[in-house]
Amino acid sequence: MNYIEHIGKYFIMLKQVFKKPQKWSVFKEMLFREIEDLGLKSLGIIVFISFFVGGVVAIQTALNVDNPFIPKYTIGFATKRSMILEFAPTFMSIILAGKVGSYISSSIGTMRVTEQIDALEVMGINSLNYLVLPKIIAALFFYPLLILLAMFLGIFGGYYAGILTGLFYSEDYIYGIQLDFNPYFIRYALIKTLIFAFVIATIPAYHGYYVKGGSLEVGRASTQAVVWTSVVIILLNYFLTQMLLG
Amino acid sequence: MIEVKNLYKEFDGIQVLKGVSATFEKGKTNMIIGQSGSGKTVFLKCLLGLHTPEKGIISFDGRNYADLKTKQHRQLRQEMGMVFQGGALYDSLTVEENIMFPLKMFADKTFDEMLDRVNTVLKRVNLENVNAKFPAELSGGMQKRVSIARAIVMNPKYLFCDEPNSGLDPITATVIDNLIQEITKEYQMITVINSHDMNSVMEIGEKIIFLKDGVKAWEGSNKEIFKTENQAIVDFVYSSNLFKKVRQVYLNESK
Ligand SMILES: Nc1ncnc2c1ncn2[C@@H]1O[C@H](COP(=O)(O)OP(=O)(O)OP(=O)(O)O)[C@@H](O)[C@H]1O
Ligand SMILES: [Mg+2]
Repeated sequence: MNYIEHIGKYFIMLKQVFKKPQKWSVFKEMLFREIEDLGLKSLGIIVFISFFVGGVVAIQTALNVDNPFIPKYTIGFATKRSMILEFAPTFMSIILAGKVGSYISSSIGTMRVTEQIDALEVMGINSLNYLVLPKIIAALFFYPLLILLAMFLGIFGGYYAGILTGLFYSEDYIYGIQLDFNPYFIRYALIKTLIFAFVIATIPAYHGYYVKGGSLEVGRASTQAVVWTSVVIILLNYFLTQMLLG
Repeated sequence: MIEVKNLYKEFDGIQVLKGVSATFEKGKTNMIIGQSGSGKTVFLKCLLGLHTPEKGIISFDGRNYADLKTKQHRQLRQEMGMVFQGGALYDSLTVEENIMFPLKMFADKTFDEMLDRVNTVLKRVNLENVNAKFPAELSGGMQKRVSIARAIVMNPKYLFCDEPNSGLDPITATVIDNLIQEITKEYQMITVINSHDMNSVMEIGEKIIFLKDGVKAWEGSNKEIFKTENQAIVDFVYSSNLFKKVRQVYLNESK
């Protein structure tokens, strides 16, 4: 199959996904399960990575602005901006694509090769709607919260790095992060996050759902899923940045 | 009655079914037999609507599958139960949740009523105290039984089993065969079983359809299978010396 066919099949899949759930109580149960599996279980890695990335960005900036004509508050300012604009929404989405994407495609793929999806269909259940819609809703609901947390922790990580290394003063840093606060940037980041969340839930689902063969193919599909999810996020990021900020 | 007429199915240019016709009646255990790769699973999956045949008619008590809309397909499928070759239990759900799942999805019942029904069918397949276990914690035979319990929990009109006793010891295999035959009689279902286990064919094959090279090569009952002179089926069924001897004994006795 060529790319066009895959893209077509992906959108046909989405049409099946966006149907009214056959039973709301079952949907709700699945939704809570997915919020836990896709959201809460990613909390740890996001906390860990965003905190340290924020610290590294602050240290790097500090080391590169030893020119006395550049004010020290630039460090806080630059850390804040890069966390809000790119590191939290894009970088963390790539991390999630790896962690959650492989989980989604391997769990759905395993269901496919062990005929569990056939079993759903035989019962008269719309398997795509049942399996994928709760994942999309869970991601759309939870990832903005994760990304906001990542922004906060990244900025905090930068502050903490200053205290630990003594490379800059806390007062300068705090002044820097308060400087020129633009709420539109947060909105921009959240719009990006929502789009990435949709991509993270659906592209791996596509790869898992249409897998053929056995466990080897499931493994291959989840690698493919992570690669394609990341590529699409990076490309979309480029266009969205141009559209929303350009 | 399930009626199949002139069914054709191919994969990437390779013909698997080349015009198979058959009828399956109520309250009978119908069996599809044939060598590995002869298309038994494909045939069953065509009946279930998981494969779309290129040609042919499949009708369930007068309802022609091809004439139905997606929504009506789903409704028809709620009248079917399927025991897959590998069990196909949902491995993220416990035994109880697995069996309760179709009820939750389609039956308007309280939790207690559903639990009651789950325990009834579990008892029916001789399983107790496994409600909280996950499929991975069960033996193969137990998984098969849970799978049967799940298939009958909605009181289906049509029951399909793909090699329900493959990989089981002879005793458990016989237990499962008898169980399927009993519930077929009890609930007056139309049951279609794929098998290449000669024991179960002899035990419960009230109607047997032999697939070979994509066509129906023979049709008859387990009584007739001893007497038949059809070379294809004789070669298939009596490939083992044991069964050759059994056949001799049977033919001598009935003389
Ligand atoms: N989804 C598929 N895509 C392509 N070819 C398939 C597919 N399913 C089955 N086939 C082919 O159809 C033929 C029949 O397969 P089928 O699974 O029906 O055999 P079977 O009679 O059930 O065998 P077994 O007793 O081993 O289960 C095989 O040659 C198989 O390669
Ligand atoms: Mg088979």
